[in-house]
Amino acid sequence: MNLEDIIQKTKTYYCLECGKCTSICPVSRYDPGFTPRGMIENALLGFDDEVVLNRKLFSCLTCYTCQPECPSDVDFPVFVREARGLAQDNGQSGVCAHSGQLQSLARLMTNPDIKQNRLEWLSGEHRVSDDSDVLLWVGCAPYFEPIFRDVEFSALGVIKSTLKTMNSLGVEPRLLPNERCCGHDALWTGDFETFRKLAEHNAAQIREAGVKKIVFSCPEGYRTFKMDYPAHVKLDCEVQHFSEFVAERIGKNGLKLKETKKKVTYQDPCRLGRHLGVYDAPRKVLESIPGIELVEMRHAGPDSICCGTSAFTNCDSHSNLLRSERLKEAAATGAETLITACPKCQTHFRCATTDRGEERRSTPRLEIMDLANLVANATGE
Amino acid sequence: MAGFEPQIIAFCCNWCTYAAADLAGTSRMHYPPNVRIVRVMCSGMVDPIYVLKAFEGGVDGILVAGCHLTDCHYIDGPVKCDETVNKLREVLHVLGLEDKRLRREMVAASEGVLFAQVINEMVEDLKKLGPSPFKAKTEALA
Repeated sequence: MNLEDIIQKTKTYYCLECGKCTSICPVSRYDPGFTPRGMIENALLGFDDEVVLNRKLFSCLTCYTCQPECPSDVDFPVFVREARGLAQDNGQSGVCAHSGQLQSLARLMTNPDIKQNRLEWLSGEHRVSDDSDVLLWVGCAPYFEPIFRDVEFSALGVIKSTLKTMNSLGVEPRLLPNERCCGHDALWTGDFETFRKLAEHNAAQIREAGVKKIVFSCPEGYRTFKMDYPAHVKLDCEVQHFSEFVAERIGKNGLKLKETKKKVTYQDPCRLGRHLGVYDAPRKVLESIPGIELVEMRHAGPDSICCGTSAFTNCDSHSNLLRSERLKEAAATGAETLITACPKCQTHFRCATTDRGEERRSTPRLEIMDLANLVANATGE
Repeated sequence: MAGFEPQIIAFCCNWCTYAAADLAGTSRMHYPPNVRIVRVMCSGMVDPIYVLKAFEGGVDGILVAGCHLTDCHYIDGPVKCDETVNKLREVLHVLGLEDKRLRREMVAASEGVLFAQVINEMVEDLKKLGPSPFKAKTEALA
């Protein structure tokens, strides 16, 4: 595949060069060197190298802020994704954050022979069942746990809270001892080979387990299973985000939420919101907790601003600024807690708040937690 | 496994362990030739990706070795190294790699004997463990 094929496939040739994408792009706002319009123009003029070998190619958050604005309906995120595939073929992989450990781990996980110890965190207080037809997707959480401890983020904490909430709803989910990374990051950084291997492995595991429904606490896994897996593998089960799972059970199944006095604001994760259109379920869950006052940020719902890094590539000073500004917006609502529904949002925001660099003194120190943490706390006695 | 010769990558700090390896050589001590030494300026600069990439490439074991805690040329390199290795251990444990495949040692410049001993032990341990599960991928990556 070359860039011409990608232009044909994504119908980029419809571009009118109006520049709406660049004007709304959250990255362009802080990094003038990144311009979606310019990138498409270069592609259409045949300057392939300017697109494929451009390091800024990996700065796109693929957050889907631009695509709804495009009068010609050009799918820029997919264009970027495919172009990144070409870049990978040319040995370019962007600047990997956390020194590329996460990308390396995804590649290591494609090995079919490894025997992971991924469920050692399970303790007596969690109820799981191997006969259940509901699966809780744990995903990368056991790997994130040690890696992101220094930004005080517990990925397993989110999974434990999800499990606790499911238990108090009377659901004992199944956990797979040998699931792998869903391949989201590999896919969006253009490493299609790794993605395909991971998808095939996961699909085989799930088919073997015979589950009917998969619940995700991570919107990235959710998106990948819902929108990307069907093109590669056959899976016959319903997928759901934790917030949707809880939202449809509010008022039923004896879910009792105790009063939690808190003023919160909600960060729409790009994958859950703009990619999948789930805006109401998390808000419904928040409002169902007595004592919770939800205040919206200036940019909320479809206009929500991304947490600043996707797929752990090209995290730079611009991403940090974007994050810091978003946190200021959250603090401006007067909320004491920022609720997200995505572990990655939390990683990135916590990173911005724990970073003690001179220029970041102004970043507000908000409490940041996952929706699952909040709900699980409210279900406790 | 008969005839299995493990491959080891050793990240050795310039000031202590690399000198120790040199001393082991000049003192004509014997240690198995399974180890490939990578000289780094400080054990504290060993990044998790060095180790992960090496495993990806199919090595069977990795040694990260540097100065003793108080000997560091850069004040607290070994402390940083310990942090990195401990974090990596957890990650590799989840991944299902045996603990013995990653070894952390402090070998001072005068401890040539210790260096030879560490390599001997590692080769023995790895021969018992067999090839790394990522070994098969070596060719594909080349």
